[in-house]
Amino acid sequence: MTPHPTTPALPLGDDALILSHRLGEWAGNAPVLEEEVALANIALDLLGQARILLSLAGDEDELAYLREERHFRNVQLVEQPNGDFAHTIARQLYFSTYQELLYDHLATTDTPLTPLAGKAVKETAYHRDHATQWTLRLGDGTDESHTRMQRALDALWRFTGELFDPVDGLDDVPWQTLRDEWTTRITSALERATLTVPAGPRHGAWTAGGGRQGLHTEPFGRLLAEMQHLHRSHPGATW
Amino acid sequence: MVTTPTTLETELLALAGSVPDPELPVLTLAELGVLRDVRLTAPDRVEVTLTPTYTGCPAIETMSADVQRVLHDHGIPHVEVHTVLSPPWTTDAITDEGRRKLEAFGIAPPRPTGPARRPIPLDLTLRCPHCGSTDTTLLSRFSSTACKALRRCESCREPFDHFKEL
Repeated sequence: MTPHPTTPALPLGDDALILSHRLGEWAGNAPVLEEEVALANIALDLLGQARILLSLAGDEDELAYLREERHFRNVQLVEQPNGDFAHTIARQLYFSTYQELLYDHLATTDTPLTPLAGKAVKETAYHRDHATQWTLRLGDGTDESHTRMQRALDALWRFTGELFDPVDGLDDVPWQTLRDEWTTRITSALERATLTVPAGPRHGAWTAGGGRQGLHTEPFGRLLAEMQHLHRSHPGATW
Repeated sequence: MVTTPTTLETELLALAGSVPDPELPVLTLAELGVLRDVRLTAPDRVEVTLTPTYTGCPAIETMSADVQRVLHDHGIPHVEVHTVLSPPWTTDAITDEGRRKLEAFGIAPPRPTGPARRPIPLDLTLRCPHCGSTDTTLLSRFSSTACKALRRCESCREPFDHFKEL
């Protein structure tokens, strides 16, 4: 598969696709049935977004199933393993807050992404609300849940700076404003949950970055192997 | 460009609109508010415009196939179904008749969302579709499909689905 066209639909579509796949890994493993249904429903919303975005960039199946790791443009945050439930919720909180802000902005512009952004922002707001409610419950819960939620927030913090690196083709997005607003909202949610905003750096040494340029972390290869295995082993297979 | 639908177009729109929703068969596509337009582009060719409820709703493909079949059976050989996202579907597009049918089917209908674009908080009072009590609690923010939440009535103790506001 040759590299893709340079449309911003590709990186945003990859974000949605890869996070959808990660959330789908909870099916059969979630702590309670209601949460299993919730995570699968969020995954389905993201898959719907991914299909529309990747179709704007080319053939959705070829892009999802036949690209090599270096050709994916998702941020590294979404490819991080599920970890314990607190890690999944921390990833959801960081990402859905970002995605809601970005879609909210794109919905007011006039680009090929606008219809999708206007549609998906309402779903994303619900995802963010879901993550926020769990953050409150875990942070302000038992000592054990508080400790694990804080540990998850700290572990994923270094992946959050990359969210606001400018995306090719989205030159009019006020990234710094989005980043400031993201920080305000995350700070508010964590304070309400009696949690502490992580102190570590978000840019520079020891932080993540490069997903938008096709550089990914070690777990990503294994995710792709599982996601692409069936399609590559049985080209053209249908249900 | 806005043109007045012809008599045939009005007839075909009613026909396509009478197709039941594949996941909530008590509702028709017209009552769900997902059928946007039916246009005759040639004497034997029709273009249908649908909009999905949720971005990832898998029912949209079945809806397209069902609409195509109904119009084929009515003698239209070429039926193209397009999907549009804008303006986004909202639960306010569900008709009054659709809301009545949902409640009769045991699903609490969505409340009006008003001008705000955000989902309204789920803890505002809802009525149990079985006994009418307003004493209900949220069990899960997501249910059997993306468009529903699961609640329980504290009066009759029955669980029920709530078509959540979007």
